[in-house]
Amino acid sequence: MNLAEGVQIVSFGILAAMMLGAAIGVVLLENIVYSAFLLGGVFISIAGIYLLLNADFVAAAQVLIYVGAVNVLILFAIMLVNKRQDFQPLRRGWIRKAATAVVCAGIFALLSTMIVSTPWAISTATPAGDASVVVIGLHFFSDFLLPFELASVLLLMALIGAVVLARREFLPDDEADRAQVEALRLPERPRELVPSGRDETVN
Amino acid sequence: MNPGIDLQGSFIESLKSFGLPAGAAKLLWMPFPMLVILVVAVLSVFALVWLERKISAAAQQRIGPEFIGPLGILAPLADGLKLAFKEDVVPAKSDPLLFTLGPAIVVIPVFLSYLIVPFGQNMVITDVGMGIFLWIALSSVTPIGLLMSGYSSNNKYSLLGGLRAAAQSISYELPLALSVLAVVLMSNSLSTVDIVNQQTGYGILGWNIWRQPVGFLIFWIAALAECERIPFDLPEAEEELVAGYQTEYSGMKFALFYIASYVNLTLSALLFAVLYLGGWEFFVPIGTIAGFFNISETAPWLQVVAAVLGISMTLLKAYFLVFIAILMRWTVPRVRIDQLLDLGWKFLLPVSLVNLLITAGLKIAFPVAFGS
Repeated sequence: MNLAEGVQIVSFGILAAMMLGAAIGVVLLENIVYSAFLLGGVFISIAGIYLLLNADFVAAAQVLIYVGAVNVLILFAIMLVNKRQDFQPLRRGWIRKAATAVVCAGIFALLSTMIVSTPWAISTATPAGDASVVVIGLHFFSDFLLPFELASVLLLMALIGAVVLARREFLPDDEADRAQVEALRLPERPRELVPSGRDETVN
Repeated sequence: MNPGIDLQGSFIESLKSFGLPAGAAKLLWMPFPMLVILVVAVLSVFALVWLERKISAAAQQRIGPEFIGPLGILAPLADGLKLAFKEDVVPAKSDPLLFTLGPAIVVIPVFLSYLIVPFGQNMVITDVGMGIFLWIALSSVTPIGLLMSGYSSNNKYSLLGGLRAAAQSISYELPLALSVLAVVLMSNSLSTVDIVNQQTGYGILGWNIWRQPVGFLIFWIAALAECERIPFDLPEAEEELVAGYQTEYSGMKFALFYIASYVNLTLSALLFAVLYLGGWEFFVPIGTIAGFFNISETAPWLQVVAAVLGISMTLLKAYFLVFIAILMRWTVPRVRIDQLLDLGWKFLLPVSLVNLLITAGLKIAFPVAFGS
């Protein structure tokens, strides 16, 4: 085993542990903000595993799209939600949890049989490396043309829609008024005023 | 195209002559360029802080720092020492873990992006195939750190600052990426070395700035917005938000934000030089000068001169852009948050899309001038 292989094995172990740990944290933690940040950790570790698989374009795209856009939007949505309502413990909440566990176990069993039954033949072709962008581009415009065009039209529609929505000049008056009422207040946990001096009555 | 000097090759060769195996020699070489770049990037913070003080003083008809070292050169050092010895305050009822993690997540991607900044044909840490795309991907991680520090401070100004920073960097990432894409379209490669090589050969006339007159303006505006410099420093606007997401930070944690913002400004200036100003290329191609004086292009001393010239040209171009950015900070008023988002979504995004479309059309129509 030479140096490069050792580095690869060690970094694979670290990345896999990071990914699994963060993913479990996303599901199990009570604080939704922690879950959202850990989701970013999951995406970053997946990008690292793509790097180990010689797919550096996919890794960079993963970071750009999932960490930079999806995760930031999730965080943004969480932090903009201004809902001051205490969490009520549900009656018979365990039914929901049990149903979730059954569904998850089913998916896990399905995926594991798929993994076990698939013959994982490792491709003997040399990895594209830095030329992967060109290879991906060639595939997009030959055998994957239809999915590529469909996805790009969908994204273009979303982009143009966003610009049209942003450029809309007429806003209904009452809608703007209603938004004003509560928007200016932000929740903040109450702080105790920590006295800074030991005895302030002397002076 | 002459290969230029290959420091890595000659370093490994010289170690091999001492009897070391090739793998060990390469291992010894690997940390060396990273360390150099790290030191240079941190030193650039000192240069920038000093420039900022001096240029702001000139813009306001003051003298600026004068007695701390010759011409006040040591003033940034005094700043740094002050920050290093300050008490590290974690506010009560904040989230200490996220509060500490936030500045680190802001600073790491900025330094990682230096991986792809070329100072010469072989003077780049790695010439990765994705090059400029890696920078765009890494710079999109920063808003997570800003949101994290804004949220964990438990301060409404911090939260607002973090949200503003995230909104700003999402909306200006699109025009930035689209204007970079137009350059990539012309050079057929994402690699920064290839982008510079595509501009070489005609001296100043071959630089992308003439072929992308709209693109470079969009890039510069979007880069300033990504660096949160005035006129786009909404996330830390003092008059509105105290100091935005930095409000509760002090000591070295604040210094990390400070370093990240200045290193990011240098990085944007360096990449502007690479994308639009021909990178390490001199105003007149070196080959032409060598041909004029009848010198062989492969003469060793000429290669050393060319390498030194390359590094100084890259830095010169970058610092010219830094000068413009600092001058703008002290002469231009801040925009409002709605104006900022309007500018990003309603103006820069459509214009950069049209710019990309026109570039693609020109590439098909005039493959000689716009890359084939």
